[in-house]
Amino acid sequence: MSAIAEAGAPRRTARSRFTAFDRLEVLGPLFIIPAILYVVVLVGLPFLLALYYSVSAYSIFNPSWTFVGLKNFREVIDSEIFRRTLANTLIFTISAQIIGLLLGKIGAMLLMQEFPGRRLARALIVLPWAVPVSLATLAWVWMFDSLYSVINWTLLAAGLIDPAHRPQWLGQEDLAMIAVATVHAWRLFPFGVVIFLAGFTSVPQDVLDAATIDGAGFWRRNYQIILPIIAPIIMIALIFGTVFTFTDLSVVYLLTKGGPINSTQVLGTLAFQVGILSGDVAHGAAICLFLFPFLLVAVILLLRSLRRREI
Amino acid sequence: MPRLAGKVVGQSSFYGAVVTLVVFAAFPFYWMLITTFKTDGDLYNLKSIPYWFNAPPTLEHLKYLFEDTLFVQWLSNSALIGLCVVAITLLVALPAGYGLARMPGRSGENLSIGIFLTYLVPPTLLFLPLARVVTLLGLQDSMWALVVVYPTFTIPFCTWLLMGFFKSVPREIEEAAIIDGCTVVGAFVKTVLPLSVPGILTVVIFAFTLTVQEFVYALTFISSSSEKPVTLGVATDLIRGDIFYWGELMGAALISSVPVAIAYNLFLDRFISGITGGAVK
Repeated sequence: MSAIAEAGAPRRTARSRFTAFDRLEVLGPLFIIPAILYVVVLVGLPFLLALYYSVSAYSIFNPSWTFVGLKNFREVIDSEIFRRTLANTLIFTISAQIIGLLLGKIGAMLLMQEFPGRRLARALIVLPWAVPVSLATLAWVWMFDSLYSVINWTLLAAGLIDPAHRPQWLGQEDLAMIAVATVHAWRLFPFGVVIFLAGFTSVPQDVLDAATIDGAGFWRRNYQIILPIIAPIIMIALIFGTVFTFTDLSVVYLLTKGGPINSTQVLGTLAFQVGILSGDVAHGAAICLFLFPFLLVAVILLLRSLRRREI
Repeated sequence: MPRLAGKVVGQSSFYGAVVTLVVFAAFPFYWMLITTFKTDGDLYNLKSIPYWFNAPPTLEHLKYLFEDTLFVQWLSNSALIGLCVVAITLLVALPAGYGLARMPGRSGENLSIGIFLTYLVPPTLLFLPLARVVTLLGLQDSMWALVVVYPTFTIPFCTWLLMGFFKSVPREIEEAAIIDGCTVVGAFVKTVLPLSVPGILTVVIFAFTLTVQEFVYALTFISSSSEKPVTLGVATDLIRGDIFYWGELMGAALISSVPVAIAYNLFLDRFISGITGGAVK
């Protein structure tokens, strides 16, 4: 900004065509205001509205704004379905993250090597992340089909399961959770691959060479040099993946709708059922807001790793 | 000799790992492809090998999809919603990204992190109040509701990316344009925007694909078949009660996924450098 002022100063004759809109102090904020307004009006205010819903008696059948305090939250916590949902959400999120992170790292390490067909392999591995989740999940619904499941067919052909006891992937309580977590990890791990790839390529080669000369082997280089350098990026990816998984409902909704008997119910699907399908907006909002403290922690962690990153 | 054997084992386990991962990632798409062209008799035959055609392929499912369902309508709804959202996003995020990139000191960075954090507020937290907002606007059960709501996640994300791209344009270029008689806005439009075309194109692709992929808001706001975007229409209307039209479903999923997947792959490298490079540096 000072550079502009200095450049403009000697040219007095040119001054007249500059207006207030040509000053960056004025223009900068003007440029940013629409974005902030959009975010405040359609994210900030609705969020406050959600807060108010959660402490009111609002439902679509009886839109009453009566303040009821923390009654909704108490009722939600007292419900056994909710407690089960909360546990499911944690299991779902943590297991999908672990599988996703492991496969992401392995995938990136493989794709770092030069080999014929590498670009094709990368394109195919990124597919699950690139395509619309609802459509990709439908393919899994069909693969898990109770009668015509290709997974069961393969397991049968390999002699791994007994024809009399074909697993009902989406219909048995224990298997349904495995199925939804696997599909979610499947959808997420390509994102991990991409992030690890970006991290690996940003590690300076001379640092690695120096370590190799000093006698560091493959594992030492991996865990004492590369991982610490790329840790902040991985942290950001992990926070995103966790928030995304913790709050997502599409995979679960399409695969099981939370069933059988709530065994795969997660916060998102429960809030949808209570708040939208049953019209009990107040309790739906209370369920959603259980996400909030968690999100706050995620945001703080994210800010810290954003500040700390160096690559 | 043992050395050679070790190399062979190493090589084959490397390729084994690559192939396993590729199959895990891509098999569902192969499954979509093969299901689309299989006859019903072949699909529902427990005896035959499911991995390949046991009866001649058919175009029956695609014919049904295009002639007897609203698939084409859903595709054009998605395209229209995507284009409108991209337009709104660019209109808001281009100046915002530039303003933030050129803000002096740390204030631009802090503000941009603030805007970016709203990207973390999930649809699950907002669909109830936004359903109310949509009703207030008289847009319930209309795809225009999605045009209003989708920029809530495309604007933060694209502002962030654009800020990174704008930062990589040297300031001296605008300053030279200003000395040559441009206004600040003129300098932005005439020098910075043309230099950022690849970045802007990346943002357009990502805003469009994010929009086409969205599911939760569409599910919450829209129930009329004719207003649905393709992700929702396929997932809800091609399943009638317990009957799944698998050939049609998989054909629809495949046709809608392929363009998005290609666009993603073309811009992937730039996207990686955009998200990990410029913005916070």
